[in-house]
Amino acid sequence: MTDSDQKFIEIKGVSKNFGEVIAVDNVDLEIKKGELFSILGASGSGKTTLLRILAGLEVPSQGSVLIDGVDMTTVAPYDRPVNIMFQNYALFPHMSVFENIAYGLKKEGMEKEGIQEKVERMLALVKLEGYENRKPNQLSGGQSQRVALARSLIKEPKVLLLDEPMAALDKKLRQSTQFELMDIHYELGITFVIVTHDQEEAMTLSDRIAIMEQGQFVQIGSPNLIYENPKSKFVADFLGNINLLEATVTEQSDDRIVVKCEALGGELELNNQDQSNTSQMTVALRPEKVMIEKTMPTENEQKFVKGMVEDFGYFGNLSIYRVRTESDHIIQVSKQNRDRVEQSIKWDDEVYLTWENESLMLLGE
Amino acid sequence: MSGLLVQTNNSLRENLWRYFFVAIPYIWLLLFFLAPFVIVFKISLADPIIAQPPFTPFFNESSDGGFSIYTTFDNFRYLFQDSLYFVTYLNSVKLAFIATVFTLLIGYPIAYGIARSPQPTRNILLLLVVIPFWISFLLRVYSWMGILKTNGLINGFLLWLGLIDQPLELLYTDTAVYIGMVYSYLPFMILPLYANLVKLDVRLLEAASDLGAKRWQGFLDVTLPLSIPGIIAGCLLVFIPAIGEYVIPSLLGGADTLMIGRVLFDEFFLNRDWPVASAVAIVLLLLLVLPIVYFQKKQAQENLEATA
Repeated sequence: MTDSDQKFIEIKGVSKNFGEVIAVDNVDLEIKKGELFSILGASGSGKTTLLRILAGLEVPSQGSVLIDGVDMTTVAPYDRPVNIMFQNYALFPHMSVFENIAYGLKKEGMEKEGIQEKVERMLALVKLEGYENRKPNQLSGGQSQRVALARSLIKEPKVLLLDEPMAALDKKLRQSTQFELMDIHYELGITFVIVTHDQEEAMTLSDRIAIMEQGQFVQIGSPNLIYENPKSKFVADFLGNINLLEATVTEQSDDRIVVKCEALGGELELNNQDQSNTSQMTVALRPEKVMIEKTMPTENEQKFVKGMVEDFGYFGNLSIYRVRTESDHIIQVSKQNRDRVEQSIKWDDEVYLTWENESLMLLGE
Repeated sequence: MSGLLVQTNNSLRENLWRYFFVAIPYIWLLLFFLAPFVIVFKISLADPIIAQPPFTPFFNESSDGGFSIYTTFDNFRYLFQDSLYFVTYLNSVKLAFIATVFTLLIGYPIAYGIARSPQPTRNILLLLVVIPFWISFLLRVYSWMGILKTNGLINGFLLWLGLIDQPLELLYTDTAVYIGMVYSYLPFMILPLYANLVKLDVRLLEAASDLGAKRWQGFLDVTLPLSIPGIIAGCLLVFIPAIGEYVIPSLLGGADTLMIGRVLFDEFFLNRDWPVASAVAIVLLLLLVLPIVYFQKKQAQENLEATA
């Protein structure tokens, strides 16, 4: 891989203000060629503005954007090698499916036969053969989404931008569409940048995720890295469920740290990854990494806390328990329902919680 | 059993209310549209006489106590025999059509500009469009006479600039009628166009731009086709009153500006030939209404097909 492949999209010090409001705040980002990159954030985090800057629909107040080594900062949208799929698809209501998809090629000045052939191939790719004469208001949500995808892919852009591509679909359809989108990405080798507020979607789809908050990136990395090693309480909380438990530092050396965490039954010795030298820290523990049993663990070394099931939710594949510990803290536990039996642990049951020491993460602010 | 009775009573009362409200527009149309139309139609079938009212009665009481009905198609026949009416009608269509085209050409950019301006400005601009309605229509047309006449504002200004050394012949020409019509009917073009253009989803233009359309191409491919319902509504609102317009051609037009509204007025009040005037009105109505009804039906059908 060449250097320009590593930095296929380069965002350098980009800011965007709307009057007083700073939507994007001095952001740097590099996206590799062919990567499926997600920008994940809550609404108002500035993620859509950043996407629109990439599309050329907004001009940044500061900074520059390079795509494939060419400065695109002030290039008009119709001159960019980039296409966008809008959140609500923005299909042209007065044009048929065929005309919608063909629009980009028509503006390129391609001759009729070429357009016909390419649109047909695209319709096959998104599995919409036979729909070319329908109008957008005769399509279901999923079909509209495919038309929008086909329309934005037809010009074979270097980069495809997707703004909340699945937000308007129901859950079942969303899952199957996610995999189809990944297939299309694999087949075409185009760099995808997806903006989403749906963390599950970001996790399944992406090679890498950038988490955005208040116009800035708080963490960039692979889904696995961000999930298992969140840099901050915000990231840990944003991505998936997590128990965030208060702790005080009692002893600290270069590689070891001892914290007192009441919720987990006292002192814990951990690797000192954070080095942030504050006395108040947070111990983070994912619910699926806590084991829940009705019997007391017998191993001597094993740390455990005792508690009572205050609440539980049955989700079919797993159950989620909220356990109130003897120290009056709430710990969330999720348990795979591996056996096809009646729920063995129920409300008000006395339970014992155990965990692996490596599962604990120590976070600063 | 009694419960069932109460229920039917209630639903009956509910239905009565519903019929009452549905009936209101029908009653209105019946009283103020259909009834006058029938009366005018009846007069158009009579002969003019010098009497009060100036036409022969529809029902005649014969000496033996029975009724007979008197009708004649002479008036309609007369309309088609005298080429004046045909020429006038064509001329009215031409004037109204050209005025509508100019109103559209001027109104569209204004409506577009208003629809695209930020919310507070938008309301002020809309208010400015409607403000002329606060002054009597007649007064406004009169003031155009002051502007257009030989020693009026325009000629005075052009003479003062030295662009002309003879005053232009503006008043009492077709040009003056066009100016008056475009001026008077512009709001009727702007308002429906605005209502349409303001609904346009800006993301559609962004999508067009993203797919390679320059701004003007986006306008031609997206904005214009989607604003066709607004264009049609605006054009109908201008064309229909313009074709029967009386005040503007009378005040601003020349003696040779033939318009159906003027002919109608002359027949009624100068010739006191009510039957012919009524026949003119009926023919005008049919020639106007039938194409529009047909057109709207077609439009509704297309809409239905699009949503089916």
